[in-house]
Amino acid sequence: MRTESRIYLGVGSFFLLILIVYFLWSKESTGSVLLLASAGLGILPGLYMGWWSRRMRPRLEDVEVVEPLDISGVVGTFPENTIFPFTLGIGAWLTGLAFVFGVWFAVIGMGFVLGAAVAATVESKRASLAEPANRPAPGGDGRLRDR
Amino acid sequence: MTSLLSTEKTGSQVEESHPPGGFYRWITSVDHKVIGKNYMYTALTFMFIAGAMALLIRTQLFNPNGHVVGQQTYNELFTIHGSMMLYLFAGPFAFGGFANYIVPLQIGAPDMAFPRLNNLSYWLFLTGGSTMLLGFFTASGAAAFGWVAYAPLSSNPYSPGPGPDLWIVSIALVGFSGIFTGVNLVTTIFYLRAPGLTMFRMPLFTWSMLVTGILILVAFPVLTAALVMLYADRHFGAHFFSVQGGGVPVMWQNLFWFFGHPEVYILALPFFGIISEVVPVFARKPIFGYRGMVFATLAIAGLSTGVWAHHMFTTGTVLLPFFSALSLLIAVPTGIKVFTWIATIWGGQIRFGVPMLFAMGFIPAFVMGGITGVMLASPPIDFYTHDTYFVVAHFHQVLIATTIFAGFAGIYYWYPKITGRMLSERIGRWNFWITYLGFWVTFMPQYLLGLRGMPRRIAVYSATDGFTFLNRVSTVGAYVMAIGMALFLVNVVRSWRRPVAAEDNPWDGATLEWATSSPPPTHNFHSLPPIRSARPVWDANHPEHSDAAPVIAGGDESAH
Amino acid sequence: MTRMARAARAASVVAAGLVLASCKIPSFGAYHGNTVQGNSTYHLWQGFFIASVFVGGITFLLLGFALVRFRRRGDAIPKQVHGNTKLEVFYTVVPVLIVAVLFVFTVRVENKVDAVSNHPNLRVDVTAFQWGWKFYYPDYKVTTITQGVGAYPTLELPVGETATFRLVSNDVVHGFYLPQFDFSRYALPGVTNYFDFTPQRTASFTGRCSQLCGLYHAEMLFSVHVVTPAQFARWISNHQESQVTK
Ligand code: HEM
Ligand SMILES: [Cu+2]
Ligand SMILES: [Cu+2]
Repeated sequence: MRTESRIYLGVGSFFLLILIVYFLWSKESTGSVLLLASAGLGILPGLYMGWWSRRMRPRLEDVEVVEPLDISGVVGTFPENTIFPFTLGIGAWLTGLAFVFGVWFAVIGMGFVLGAAVAATVESKRASLAEPANRPAPGGDGRLRDR
Repeated sequence: MTSLLSTEKTGSQVEESHPPGGFYRWITSVDHKVIGKNYMYTALTFMFIAGAMALLIRTQLFNPNGHVVGQQTYNELFTIHGSMMLYLFAGPFAFGGFANYIVPLQIGAPDMAFPRLNNLSYWLFLTGGSTMLLGFFTASGAAAFGWVAYAPLSSNPYSPGPGPDLWIVSIALVGFSGIFTGVNLVTTIFYLRAPGLTMFRMPLFTWSMLVTGILILVAFPVLTAALVMLYADRHFGAHFFSVQGGGVPVMWQNLFWFFGHPEVYILALPFFGIISEVVPVFARKPIFGYRGMVFATLAIAGLSTGVWAHHMFTTGTVLLPFFSALSLLIAVPTGIKVFTWIATIWGGQIRFGVPMLFAMGFIPAFVMGGITGVMLASPPIDFYTHDTYFVVAHFHQVLIATTIFAGFAGIYYWYPKITGRMLSERIGRWNFWITYLGFWVTFMPQYLLGLRGMPRRIAVYSATDGFTFLNRVSTVGAYVMAIGMALFLVNVVRSWRRPVAAEDNPWDGATLEWATSSPPPTHNFHSLPPIRSARPVWDANHPEHSDAAPVIAGGDESAH
Repeated sequence: MTRMARAARAASVVAAGLVLASCKIPSFGAYHGNTVQGNSTYHLWQGFFIASVFVGGITFLLLGFALVRFRRRGDAIPKQVHGNTKLEVFYTVVPVLIVAVLFVFTVRVENKVDAVSNHPNLRVDVTAFQWGWKFYYPDYKVTTITQGVGAYPTLELPVGETATFRLVSNDVVHGFYLPQFDFSRYALPGVTNYFDFTPQRTASFTGRCSQLCGLYHAEMLFSVHVVTPAQFARWISNHQESQVTK
């Protein structure tokens, strides 16, 4: 986690450096605002990850030498098939087309989007309850706890 | 050491009572491999469509005062050609196709971090991308203001009609799809790596995709915002970019290029990553200076947001020395990469498989485009060559070197993994050499055309301009390239009709994707080799030449 | 490090020498830049081109040599070299020095090309519009303007005299492009651009619009005539008469 944090901080600080030089030299506002936003986009997650990296055990993927035992076990839950991203995508597309062909496209589109959002939430809730790792029983697996 | 450690399956799946089949399965699958393949097919289809437009454009320019298409159609053609190649092919092919398929395999993950979001990305890409083509079916035609859509030409008084709106909506949808993919990539690489795969053991392709993901998150939201403003100008009278309403037209250029230059590297970095995979494997050596390569990639990311206005030197509104200095500097990490690849093959045992041919063809082509890029980074030279065929040649050389040559290196390299079949080496060689020949014949004359004063984006020139001969050479080159590219399709069809089964690791690859079967099972790995270096599969297959550090008891966060 | 510094000095001396001697150096496809300003751009181009041949040549030679010398000769696994810090530092520092030198020359030429005289001999106001140009000589109240496709306006300039241009656009972005002057500049709505030309030789050529500006962008041409001061005076008085009679 420490390396990840440093990458963000490094890139963010570099944007900050460019921002300072650019702003002082050019006083141009559009670019300065965009650079400021970019710097924030790097520095904020960097600080967050750095904060966490000091408060947790190194994750297995940050450890140079791992034992065979560590490699085994379930990594996480992954749905196999679901129709809702497709529905959502079509809804978003129709909504987009509304900007060209008129509002009535958005009515249908938003219908798809909302339906898909609700259905996907229900689906994933049911799925995660079905997963043994997410039941309150002790044990589970090492990797999930390490995160 | 040679045997792979056996582990349990590393991904579990939600119980499905009735596993769906056929079309429904294709639509609903959230497997990163299915989505990655969909991205590749779709992006390559867009590439061939846009390539056909390019041939039409070149045909028009074969003769002075060409009459193949009218001027309006010509403007639509190059606009949609460029937009498709950049927004719908180069980017999605790399970060939607290759990255989606390969990154989880390279880091030993069972899938992307957000599989359903991943699927949504694809549908936004497909629908958004097709939307761009719809413009041709409207009465007033498709967008005709270039892929950069400079305001105020792109605003309502000068470009009315649904074509431009379809272009805006298309790119907005594709932009969202890109943002989702960026989030997915960064999260996957940060959180789903296999145990022992520290950041500084990641394959360089994965590193490239991580940095690309970060750049997407910086750049694409700016584009989306600019598009929203443009739409508001067009339909709600917002006057962001119109002088009459108190707006600032040049702000569009600032916003657009703040996206646009990082975008250029979003398109290039993944392909650099592919080269960094192919070159060591075919030279049978590790990459030379792994860390230097990582830092060069990060440096490019950092610098690439500070150079946007080198596309605006001739506006007379930008700080020339600042942007010139940073643009010249960005050539340094780019140069480091080139020298690293050369140093990697130095002292190796180079096998010239088709992936390596494409990779080696990539280097001179890219260096040529990079060198002219350095020239353009000098404002006085840019004043002379800006918006001429010199620039057209520059960016086609870098873009074709990356997306086509490095891209095809990647296709030929991973095709066995993805399909479980080999492509023909013989057809592959013809595919390379003919395309490569056509490439140089097409673009070298364009430099000269630019220097002799031919502006870009012109539908006609006059017989007295002295442009005719060079244009003809260029057009002939384009047709040669097209023949070369068609051979790729021949190769694919052949492998489909008469399959030749691929082994799991046909090239003696070194990274984790070669540790699983070809094609990989649903959740990628039944077992992972121990990861003790950046080349776990190499370590397992060549223990006597292994990179792995001797095992010391008690691991800690890697020292760096 | 001192060796580096010396190498850098040597490189810049060589580069400067090349610039001085550049009259005998080939043009590498470029126009000579028929103005004082454009001519310095031309010399900069020559310098960049030579530097490029040098850097590109070395790269291609190294690559070509490696491809031939290290092609597969057997099944032995080559030595697994992971890097060499000295070499890596070398191929980082040398490019930095090269671009630093290029930057110095760039800034010099840039200042020359961008300089605007306080006392020009002539002023020309250029207005770009869809799809044509208007050239207005405020000192003489003379105008030439595009009259339709094929009826291109003339930009007449006296040789050896410095003209200050004022460039604006009425509608969209255009590019005021004079290939033989090695120069172009955007005509941007809402922005006024100033720049100078000091033509060196009499000549005639076609000027163009370089930035896509809509349907007839390809036909937004104008004629440039660089003439002697006497011819220029005659041209001006002819136009003043014809405009008065109108
Ligand atoms: C050595 C690094 C590079 C430098 C210094 C450089 C520099 C430049 C400059 C100064 C321009 C503006 C030219 C003009 O419009 O007058 C430009 C244009 C362009 N470059 Fe590069 N470039 C480099 C690498 C790349 C790469 C790697 C790509 C993409 C893979 C790329 C793609 C483009 C594109 C698409 C344009 C044209 C944009 C348009 O339509 O106006 N460049 N480059
Ligand atoms: Cu750029
Ligand atoms: Cu124009």
